[in-house]
Amino acid sequence: MPAPSSMSLSILHPGLLTTVQDLGRPGYQHAGVVVGGALDAGALRVANLLVGNADGAAGLEITLRGPHLRFDAGTLLALTGADLSPTLDGQPVKMNRPTWAPASAVLAFGAPRAGCRAYLAVAGGIAVAPVLGSRATYLRAGLGGWHGRALQAGDLLPVGQPLPTGQRIAAELAESRVTITQASWTPGRQLCPVPRPSPIIRAVRGPEYGQFAAASQRAFWDEPFAITAAADRMGYRLQGPALRRLTDAELLSSAVTHGTVQVPAGGQPIVLLADRQTTGGYPRLAQVITADFGALAQAAPGQALRFQEVSLVEAQALYLAQERALRALPGAIRLQLARP
Amino acid sequence: MLRPQPDDVSVPPGAPAQLYPLGDAAVVVQFGEGISPVTHAAIQAFGAHLAQHPFTGLRECVPAFTTLTVYYDPWLVSDGGRHPPYETVAATLRKMLAAAGAPAVAAEADLVEIPVCYGDAFGPDLEFVAHHAGLSAAEVIARHAAPEYLVHMIGFAPGFPYLGGLDARLATPRLAQPRPLVPAGTVGIAGPQTGIYSLPTPGGWQLIGRTPLRLFDAAWAAPSRLRAGQRLRFVPISAAEYARTQQHEP
Repeated sequence: MPAPSSMSLSILHPGLLTTVQDLGRPGYQHAGVVVGGALDAGALRVANLLVGNADGAAGLEITLRGPHLRFDAGTLLALTGADLSPTLDGQPVKMNRPTWAPASAVLAFGAPRAGCRAYLAVAGGIAVAPVLGSRATYLRAGLGGWHGRALQAGDLLPVGQPLPTGQRIAAELAESRVTITQASWTPGRQLCPVPRPSPIIRAVRGPEYGQFAAASQRAFWDEPFAITAAADRMGYRLQGPALRRLTDAELLSSAVTHGTVQVPAGGQPIVLLADRQTTGGYPRLAQVITADFGALAQAAPGQALRFQEVSLVEAQALYLAQERALRALPGAIRLQLARP
Repeated sequence: MLRPQPDDVSVPPGAPAQLYPLGDAAVVVQFGEGISPVTHAAIQAFGAHLAQHPFTGLRECVPAFTTLTVYYDPWLVSDGGRHPPYETVAATLRKMLAAAGAPAVAAEADLVEIPVCYGDAFGPDLEFVAHHAGLSAAEVIARHAAPEYLVHMIGFAPGFPYLGGLDARLATPRLAQPRPLVPAGTVGIAGPQTGIYSLPTPGGWQLIGRTPLRLFDAAWAAPSRLRAGQRLRFVPISAAEYARTQQHEP
């Protein structure tokens, strides 16, 4: 439990689905416990770095209709991912930059402008107790996060102690400490892309790709697939041309992961997300590349997806480029702080 | 328990494992084509070997019936992009596979009994499975409760056991469309597999009964009741016994 003097965050209204997330709990898949964590991990990592946290600190994942929450003490925060029209005490705030919220300020959200999932990081991180090494909320198992569930009105979330970088960013932003202040700088578009509706999602072939009819293989890459209402943190059921497998032989269950596109016998694909299962028995037609998990997480029900084939070599080059950009961000932030 | 059986000849122990990618951060090591105690032992042995000798950038391993999927961090295994990530991991694994040799025979594992109330509301697909097999519902129950199963792996959901040893006559295809919600404790069949839903989740297996026992609880020291390598037997119980047992569950 937090010490009485520690900072906290009061949930006044929970929004549609607001959960505590970090980068997940690897290492327990052999017991069937999924990795989970932020669906748009890149956005959470950037938000954390903007407030001087380690990139894997816990923040809030905010889905489509955002919460109302109050900072009980002055707090350095950053919002990344979806633009859900955020305001502080009624004043619009910009995405993707360090922001000082004075004590008692209320963060609220309005209409979704771009994307599906916003991430809120606060300096010091959300300090709920880790479960199996992670603070991520795994809703289906009622595990981790805040009592294993989505946030509700009245919840009081503990906030950790800001790191030295976070303290420096806060000090530069908030000399008076009583006014809402945003940094003049923001990372580039590569790290803070504006989510686009109906995105193109790049994928590599899955292990069972060759079991599908040539026409179905072509249709998967050429035709749009709508995200149905059956879309949650576990995966999206898609609606499009029926995809036919050449055999009806049952498969033995094997590993599936974030981004696996599996096709049940009905022929409509399912793309799995972070709260997917650890193993599954449907044929794995394709695998979304890690660099596009953010774009996938930001696509909302009702939108269309198109898949574009890339090679494994391209996928890993894109992974490394994204990782290189993320790893360069702390240095860029230090340079900003060093400016006269 | 883990002795070679005559029908394992297509998957000789020591046959070269196949490697293929699962996306840009995992590689699948395939040890055989069918459910077999020999393949199971090889997977368990290689998983244990990797746990004892992890390479830089190894995230975790996920065993399944015929595969061990190895998750890795492409940044770390490539030393920040200096080497091709997949080829680097595959070369490391091939070297380890060549060095690991034949798996040791596992010790006799303990036997776990799982009470199940078959049919009716707990097993809405029992009649379909019976029809598919050309058996009566009572015969399906008898054949499902007869074998000593092997827990091949825990997967799909926390605490969900995949069991080897299903009577071949009971093999039934999955549903064309998964159900949106299957209650915890429900026992199902999918192709040649049987298992138990440990949490309420969506699922496409044919549902034949339900156990009143909890299989997963995050508050337990070991949150999964079952673990890979155990032996398991289903014990048919009445609805009244189901209700009595459920009262004593946490």
